[in-house]
Amino acid sequence: MFEHILEVKDLGIQFKTAEGFLSAVHGISFNVKRGETVCIVGESGCGKSVSALSLIGLLPNNGEVYKGAIKFQGKDLTKLTSDEIRKLRGNDISMIFQEPMTALNPVFTIGYQLREPLKIHQGLNKARANQVAIDLLRQVGISVPEQRMKQYPHELSGGMRQRVMIAIALACNPKILIADEPTTALDVTIQAQILELLNDLKQRFETSVVMITHDMGVVAEVADRVIVMYSGEIVEQGDVETIFNHPEHPYTQGLLASVPNVDLEQDILEAIPGTMPNLEEQISGCRFHPRCPFATDKCRETKPDIFSIDQHDVRCWLKEAEADGQASRIISN
Amino acid sequence: MGKQVALYQINDVKKHYPIKSGLLKRTKKAVRAVNGITLDIQENETLGVVGESGCGKSTLGRIILGLEPLTEGELIFKGENITHYRSSQLKPLKRQMQMIFQDPYASLDPRQKIGPAIEEGLIIHTSLNAQERKQKVIELMQEVGLQPSHYSRYPHEFSGGQRQRIGIARALALNPSFIVCDEAVSALDVSVQAQVINLLKRLQQDYRLTYLFISHDLGVVKHISDRVLVMYLGNMVELASVKDLYSNPRHPYTNALLSAIPRPTVAKERVKIKLQGEIPSPANPPSGCPFHTRCPLAQSVCSDQKPEWRNIGGDHFAACHFA
Repeated sequence: MFEHILEVKDLGIQFKTAEGFLSAVHGISFNVKRGETVCIVGESGCGKSVSALSLIGLLPNNGEVYKGAIKFQGKDLTKLTSDEIRKLRGNDISMIFQEPMTALNPVFTIGYQLREPLKIHQGLNKARANQVAIDLLRQVGISVPEQRMKQYPHELSGGMRQRVMIAIALACNPKILIADEPTTALDVTIQAQILELLNDLKQRFETSVVMITHDMGVVAEVADRVIVMYSGEIVEQGDVETIFNHPEHPYTQGLLASVPNVDLEQDILEAIPGTMPNLEEQISGCRFHPRCPFATDKCRETKPDIFSIDQHDVRCWLKEAEADGQASRIISN
Repeated sequence: MGKQVALYQINDVKKHYPIKSGLLKRTKKAVRAVNGITLDIQENETLGVVGESGCGKSTLGRIILGLEPLTEGELIFKGENITHYRSSQLKPLKRQMQMIFQDPYASLDPRQKIGPAIEEGLIIHTSLNAQERKQKVIELMQEVGLQPSHYSRYPHEFSGGQRQRIGIARALALNPSFIVCDEAVSALDVSVQAQVINLLKRLQQDYRLTYLFISHDLGVVKHISDRVLVMYLGNMVELASVKDLYSNPRHPYTNALLSAIPRPTVAKERVKIKLQGEIPSPANPPSGCPFHTRCPLAQSVCSDQKPEWRNIGGDHFAACHFA
């Protein structure tokens, strides 16, 4: 079949605003293998969430994919009609949102919301769907599932709600699970439980997971591969050991250095100076150069190419000299 | 540390919110948000308070600032018993105690320019004239890393990190000696969070500030604190110097909390202590030790007897039968 279950090629997303079109994601490419967990990290405004939403056709009304392709099992999702994509959503591709209280419908019971995808996508009748739903709740570690089925979202705690969301997302055995900050709203002890649950489920069902997060700790825990985004672009991607042990892009290095680590004695945190640029800000050359300690004239003038060694991609001119000979260079726009 | 005079003493403070129900709205039960906290906050230290949501850490911060009346206990600020002070009596003290909030956007008036927002405290508490006040505001803005040209901008024109700097400038305006930071950096991105933490540390040295730093993030708390208090369900669990607490946690809850933090390093598998279940409701707390329902070491004594808060050696305190 396909080596990559999901292939994203040169994806660009823009939003319609009063002042015209505003590009939020300017051409990102990545692949996801079967059973692999890919984490997309970056700070707020880097485009990680809209990228995730575009994968299942959930961009807000004023947003659109203006270039590139999202290939799921060879099919280009950007070319599908909304009816066709609805058949995939919740079935082959499903999503876990950050805030389960806003993602669950407050006026329907847990049971109703769990049965819904089973009835729609798998054509189960109510009694059968009920059984499957109870089973799902048990699998995500909810006690007395029969009783929970009759409860409403507000009757459950935050961790429990997130488990319900995961159960709904898994209802139709999706091939890809997209998780947008699934544990950010939870306490650490509950977060640990949910991350373990996700890892466990992934292994059991061979689901591929695309996780969006800003927490480097969570990334280290769950990822096989890591994509670092900055201001609408991928600045570095590679497997998890490479990114954490040998980060090459100055932004990735800065990001890792600014996380307070409980295992280390640090006197002063190395902050990255400045702030993330706004979308409308025109920055020549590398978009990170105003905050980069190593910026040269070349960085200020020309947008860096992507330099790639052993599937470790870095979008930075610093890699150019080193890359000569051994790295392949991907010229970008 | 023992001989120093405490800046702020908190003696057995409790805050219970009544739950009224039934036809006559009688008080049936109470939510025990804060259930007996005794603390000495030393001058010029940073006392971190950590715990999961619902553990009462924010309520404690509000009680300490006199924003929330307490049910029981005593508050002594600089030797003065302020427990039953009326608001007019509290007013002169309030300029010495300030707060930095989690979400600076929610705590700033969207229609007020930030210069006047920082100035507000000066109008209420000082007799400076308009020109002197403006001068002072601009000094404050520079101190926290804002440009003087930002004076007449509105809050929405700033990024999250800059807004938090505005919040810090407001808190600093009256030269306070004591600042409660309630999740002050939790809403910020890591790169900016590190900037704000470094700023807070520098200001503490320059102005001899005392911080009560409330946060759920154990990494941040470790970085900024001198001593750390761990709370669970309104109770004190463990209190020790930062070094002791992180290298030698004695209470099983502290241990579990520390082991649950995802580490930003790829290393060999760590052995994690997994807690079962969730935090019980503070309206209906468990008998005995509040943590016994989730504790991996729990014995029968834990459900019968509430463990005593005791010194387990060298200013390290814990409430556990087995610590």
